[in-house]
Amino acid sequence: MIIDTHLSETAEVLIKSICTRYKHDKHELINVLHEIQHHLGYLPEDVQQAIANELKIPVAKVYGVVTFYSFFTMTPKGKYNISICLGTACYVRGGELILEEFKRRLNIGVGETSADGLFSLNSIRCVGACGLAPVVTVGNKVYGRVTPQQVRRIIDEYIKIEEELEIAP
Amino acid sequence: MINLRIDNKTISVPQGTTILEAATKVGIDIPTLCHMQLHDMNIENKPGGCRICVVEVEGRKNLAPACCTEVAEGMICRTNSVRVINARRTVMELILSDHPAECLTCAKSGQCELQNMAHRLGIRELHYTGGQSSYRIDDSPAIIRDPNKCIMCRRCEMMCNEVQTVGVLTAVQRGFNSVVMPAFQHDLMHSECTFCGQCLAVCPTGALTEVDETGAVIRALADPQKIVVVQTAPAVRAALGEEFGNKPGTLVTGKMVAALRRLGFDYVFDTDFAADLTIMEEGTELLRRLNGYLKGDKSVKLPILTSCCPAWVNFFEHQFPDMLDIPSTARSPQQMFGSIAKTYFAEKLGINRKNMVVVSIMPCVAKKYERGRKEFAVNGNPDVDIVLTTRELAYFLKLFNVDLNSLPDEEFDQPLGESTGAGVIFGTTGGVIEAAVRTAYELHTGKELPRLDFDELRGMKGLREATIDFDGLPLRIGIAHGLGNARKLLEDIQSGKSQYHAIEIMSCPGGCIGGGGQPYHHGKEEILRKRQQAIYLEDELKTIRKSHENPYIQKLYAEFLEKPMSAKAHSLLHTKYFNKHNLAHK
Repeated sequence: MIIDTHLSETAEVLIKSICTRYKHDKHELINVLHEIQHHLGYLPEDVQQAIANELKIPVAKVYGVVTFYSFFTMTPKGKYNISICLGTACYVRGGELILEEFKRRLNIGVGETSADGLFSLNSIRCVGACGLAPVVTVGNKVYGRVTPQQVRRIIDEYIKIEEELEIAP
Repeated sequence: MINLRIDNKTISVPQGTTILEAATKVGIDIPTLCHMQLHDMNIENKPGGCRICVVEVEGRKNLAPACCTEVAEGMICRTNSVRVINARRTVMELILSDHPAECLTCAKSGQCELQNMAHRLGIRELHYTGGQSSYRIDDSPAIIRDPNKCIMCRRCEMMCNEVQTVGVLTAVQRGFNSVVMPAFQHDLMHSECTFCGQCLAVCPTGALTEVDETGAVIRALADPQKIVVVQTAPAVRAALGEEFGNKPGTLVTGKMVAALRRLGFDYVFDTDFAADLTIMEEGTELLRRLNGYLKGDKSVKLPILTSCCPAWVNFFEHQFPDMLDIPSTARSPQQMFGSIAKTYFAEKLGINRKNMVVVSIMPCVAKKYERGRKEFAVNGNPDVDIVLTTRELAYFLKLFNVDLNSLPDEEFDQPLGESTGAGVIFGTTGGVIEAAVRTAYELHTGKELPRLDFDELRGMKGLREATIDFDGLPLRIGIAHGLGNARKLLEDIQSGKSQYHAIEIMSCPGGCIGGGGQPYHHGKEEILRKRQQAIYLEDELKTIRKSHENPYIQKLYAEFLEKPMSAKAHSLLHTKYFNKHNLAHK
């Protein structure tokens, strides 16, 4: 994951290669954005400008699409992206309370990233594991039947990983 | 043909017709805020966004938006049932619930389609309160953008993207937060905006308006130390009358001059004079490049493109940076006028340029931007100080109790008020190149033109081409108006598909007569055709119709500039262009 406000050379190469693979077809904008966000984690201004240049469309159009779809983001995601499911099953089983607890403990809102760049928070609609409701995912890891009391433990789990990483080398 | 009934009127229309169009044919005027059809450009804005045009269709559960619902065989529509009227008023009230109630002080007051619609639908009370948009106002040197007044009709987006292909304005965000904005919600000054003003020409509300500079003119006129000089662009005289109840196409040249004198301007001059001067410079440049090209000089680039239009200059600086050496280096008539007024004329009066204020009356908002370009100032003192649009002049006259219609016809002052028919046709698409042909032909061949009207260069088609016989040399000419058409022409030149010697480009559809600063035409294109006729009429009425025969132009060269493209002419009347590609967002 690259967290850099300037368009790095790697990002530039990446954008060029993805746009080339889509034959610089402007109708593939959404797919292009999807792939680039997958690699970069987010779609800052410079990246959007570079995509606009590659696909030969106004950057305003790119920005319009990025802001229309909630999936796309212009703020870098944290190292650990926490998603709280607010689909029907999770919602009725207290998903919103879990979300509130994460917001309170991390002191960030939905779509935001913590100042240390470790955690970002977003809400999703159903991960297809309703039997485990309410569900929280951190990266690729799924937590089921989460209670507000467990929120602190989940956060601590990753803080601990980070602390160990710092000591290790 | 499809047969249907609208409000008990039977009608047959071709397949694909919308209910709105069909209704218009039987004299039923369904109200709408977002719909706009521009036949000449083959452009229709029908996002179905405002929902004011809803009608009842028998057998259909919900109401149908008339602007984007096609007719069907046997369809029965009601455009005025209780259900329709109630829905329409509810929709209107919901739009107004998120619209600032600033009508009394809004720049669009009296010309606002939203205001008129509220009146038409008899809205007397607002029943809904809810979220209120709160956006920053973007104050550029030419256009003011107040997104709080945006009703998402998306007409500006259509003009900016489809017609002009500038691509600055776009719908962003979604739901209640959706609004039309430049990329990253930057200011227009930090975008590729050309300031052509076509967005504000079609905006139904006060979300897009021009910068009002009348206050600065009033202060200048009240200052006894200042000599205040005014110039009027060709297209203004063909449209100003509309603001005083005259029919479109009424020429008010003499009355406009009288009115400006009543306002207290010291000298009332004409941009048409500077247009003649432009022809001398641009025509000479054309012939030089043409002769060099014919002699096989590989360093000479053709075609030569006109450079009178400030939005066009902004367009190629941003979007075609590899073609900066193709447009003529001649400044626009507005800037040539300012330059000559503050040198030649100031010298004649024996005054310092700092004590002269040059005011322009323009059909254009991009001229407000152009006058602020750094290259058009001497030690920080601009050649043109203030630019008013045709609309602003009308407000100004009303503010000063000047009734245009009751004034006698008066003549421009001299020496910068004399002009030829060639100068006045600068106001319409095809006019600049026709004026250039009239002069270049005679200078090139040494013969007198057998005719003065070049019908092959005239008209309203977006892209036109013609070949004019220059005494054995077939001169190929291209004409584009509307920046989308200009783009097509430029791309054809880049690819080598089209080869021309000279090209005229005007940013606004119709040319300056359809400029962003002209009285609002609300999508009625016949108004532009009427203005165009008026321009050609003024040309016909002139005794002198070729720029190089203007005696005051001849005198200006004899007394001051020596000859076209002399060193002095070069420093005062020519300019250079800048590569602004991708600079906008930096």
